[in-house]
Amino acid sequence: MTMMVAGPAVRHSFAVRIGPVGFRVGSDWRTPIAALETLYADYPAPADDVPDFSVRLFARRPWRRFVRPAVMIGGDYVLPEAAPLPLAQGLLAAEMGMNLQMALGQRRYLLLHASAVERDGRALLMTGMSGAGKSTLAALLGRRGWRLMGDEFALIDPETGLVHAFPRLVSLKNAAIGVVERAIPDARFGPLMRATPKGDIRHLVPAAEAIARMEEPARPALILFPRYGFEPAERPVAPSEVFVRLTQASTNYTALGEPGFAALTRLVETLPARAIDYPDAESAIAQVERLWAAL
Amino acid sequence: MTGYARVPAAEIVSVALDDFTALYHRASGITHLVTSPVPELLDVLEEAPLGLGEIAARLAAVFEVEDEDALAVRLDELVAAGLVVRT
Repeated sequence: MTMMVAGPAVRHSFAVRIGPVGFRVGSDWRTPIAALETLYADYPAPADDVPDFSVRLFARRPWRRFVRPAVMIGGDYVLPEAAPLPLAQGLLAAEMGMNLQMALGQRRYLLLHASAVERDGRALLMTGMSGAGKSTLAALLGRRGWRLMGDEFALIDPETGLVHAFPRLVSLKNAAIGVVERAIPDARFGPLMRATPKGDIRHLVPAAEAIARMEEPARPALILFPRYGFEPAERPVAPSEVFVRLTQASTNYTALGEPGFAALTRLVETLPARAIDYPDAESAIAQVERLWAAL
Repeated sequence: MTGYARVPAAEIVSVALDDFTALYHRASGITHLVTSPVPELLDVLEEAPLGLGEIAARLAAVFEVEDEDALAVRLDELVAAGLVVRT
């Protein structure tokens, strides 16, 4: 996890710390860097100015920078099949690059593909398939008495069992964009990027409290598996099913070895787990509050 | 005579979840999610090899063992998974 030294000099760069993780994003273009600087304006720099991960956005061929700009994502970890994105989606490319470095390179924490919110020092984890609504629910709860800890990754410390915050920009997709724009009209949003490989995307800047308190970990207290688009329902989830779902939701479970096994089984043994179906965000929030109150 | 032994106890971390038990195999780094009769089978095996008849007799205290061929199939699955050694 060192900074990239090979290749031509990076023309534009940006460094940021999100929770305990420092990133440096280098780019052949100014535009994505300017967007990152604006949206991450309230975030600190990496600790000691040394990033944990580096991401590079580079032109596929030098002339493409001018003729038909397309952004390739590079960094310490690279997916060979990653397709170039048009320059207008450079912010998405930067975010995908940062997620990729985390997913493939993170060794200090057990990484769960989950959103997390905190209240009274205790954390609610939400995980599910893409489209389940974990980002939307975390974004809305983050403005209603909860602290947003992250909409994408929950970082579990194998030593302590605590969840650490990773409050990057909340990535809203398709219908979730309008839902959150209407619910939080005074929030700061990034540009609306239409028809990306992930659909329409718009980023939401987390509430100031989420950024100010991002170094505070929390004790996991409840795990939910939300599912959007169904009549309200809930059921308990058996520990073995939670175990399987969490191994599938973790990008580095296998790489962590025995500490990962210990961290995951500890979560499964100690956390109540519920699957919740919901037809709209208001219904889901009511379900969450009721389940939380019953803990 | 074919004998079966389990891998040393220190190589396996076992956590009972519900009907399933999660086993972490330190040597391979592989997680196994197993259900009955695997935990019971591993319980009766020892680090020294046992013959099929002895294993069946020990298991009879917990299960009705229908036939030793079926038992051998289960044991060979565990051999393939790396949790049991056949000699």
